[in-house]
Parts: sequence; C-alpha cells; structure tokens
Amino acid sequence: MLIARIIGDVTATHKHASHEGQKLLLVQPVELDLATPRGDAVIAVDAVDAGPGDLVLLVTEGYSAMTSVNRPESPIDMAVLGVIDFVDFADAPPHPAARSAK
Amino acid sequence: MYLGRVVGRVWSTVKDPGLAAQRLLLVQPLTPEGNPTGKRLVVTDSMGAGAGELVYWSKGKESSFPFLPVEVPTEMTIVGIVDAVNVDREA
Amino acid sequence: MILARVVGTIVATRKDPRLEGRKLLICKPVSPEGKDESGYVVAVDTVSAGFRETVILVSGSSARMADGCKDKPVDTAVIGIVDSVSIDEGSKGA
Repeated sequence: MLIARIIGDVTATHKHASHEGQKLLLVQPVELDLATPRGDAVIAVDAVDAGPGDLVLLVTEGYSAMTSVNRPESPIDMAVLGVIDFVDFADAPPHPAARSAK
Repeated sequence: MYLGRVVGRVWSTVKDPGLAAQRLLLVQPLTPEGNPTGKRLVVTDSMGAGAGELVYWSKGKESSFPFLPVEVPTEMTIVGIVDAVNVDREA
Repeated sequence: MILARVVGTIVATRKDPRLEGRKLLICKPVSPEGKDESGYVVAVDTVSAGFRETVILVSGSSARMADGCKDKPVDTAVIGIVDSVSIDEGSKGA
C-alpha cells in the first residue's frame, strides 16, 4: 500500500460494466513528507467514501482492489481503502493527515 | 488505473491466438492536467475506444478480466472512456 | 521478500472493514548492510514489530498467506523481525 492524496475525480459514462456505480478518484501517491508527488497521479476506485484533499491508503494490487468494492474478476487494479487520520513517525512528532492551514 | 489518450493503432497478423480478436491501440499516458508523461504503450481495448479519445486503462492480470472467459494474454486494457477530469491539487 | 526498517505507523479510522484491528506500518527498504534504500511501503503487521526494527516484508498475493491475512486486502505484510544478517565477505558491495 502507498500513502496518497486525493486530487480530483474522473467521470466516464462508457466504461466497463463492473465500474458502474463506482466513484473513480484521481489520487497522487506521495513521499513520506506527505507532500512530494511520488510518480504520476493514478485513478483508483473508492471503497471508503473518501473526498478531495483526503490523505488515503492506496492499494495497488488487483485482488485487494477488486474485493474492496465487491467486484471480483473485474479490471480494477487500484483502490482507496482507508482514510488516514494521522501518521506517526519514529523520529518525529505525529503528523496530522489534514493539510496545515496556509 | 491510468489516464491516457489513444494516439494510434498497432496492426499485427502473426500473434498469439488469444489476441486474435483484439484491437491493439497505442496510448499516450497523461497527467491529470493532460500533459504527456512516460512512453506510449500498446494496450488491448474492451470499450471500442477510437483515435484521439481520452481513456483510462488498468494494468496487470486484472486487465485480462474484461475478456473472460477468453483468456487474453494482455497486461494493459482500456476499461473506460473519460468524459471529464476534475482536478484540484490544492484541495 | 525484502528487508526493511519500520519508520512509522498509520492511523486510519475509516477503512476497509477487513483491515480493522491490523497495525499499519510504514517501512523503508534497507540493504542487507542496513543502509536505507529509496521509496517506502505501507505494510500490515503480523508479528508485532516496532519502530526502528528491521523486518522482513512479503509483497504481492503472497502477502495474503501471512498469518491472519487470508482473503484480506493486503498487498504487503511484515512477516518477520530480523535478529541479525550475516553477509558473505565475497558478495559485499556487489
């Protein structure tokens, strides 16, 4: 699993039947500073009703992703399956998941 | 899944029998802002996507599932045609 | 399987119900010599590992073979705590 930030969503009318009714989130995996992008943003199905700006757990393996939305044997390779409250580092104080006010 | 645009088509006569009925498309991966990122890829298509269309595709073994019960030896398949991308990196 | 170091934990209240009660550890891959390598991964803990411990990670569908992970949405699991690593002199720096 990776830590990622939700940056948007994708709308698709014509899509695989197993994706019907699924929210497709645009998620940007981040490094451990919880801000620097780690690679390109990806599209993941939403299993926990996450929203824009949320820091989330992104699973990048098929079985986990498919079963999290009860769609076995469907072409789903990524899912958001947790909303992170905070991250606790061994060598630093706990880091809240919400963006700090600018 | 990943965002991209259909930029071409690949023709192949001699190929694995599992790919016989498959259209092979060339896709340019895009960032959510629509900029090209990374190399263009050859993907199979389960949606009937056409040239220039914005699509999303899945990667890995899961990408062969749209074709079940036929087992197609593919690792990337277009699974949707994108109408709109809503992105707000400051959200 | 790879060697990694536990550098943090994640707290998530809203998550897939199958992950309830599982500790989520942030692990940074390390070389056999103990040097940090790039990247990180979030893994499900099955051995009660703690901060700064060197652990063994298993990833992919094999992670679901770890203790208590059957049929759970787990792509990486911590399956061992490393006591020591011995390295053959001839392979050092290879």
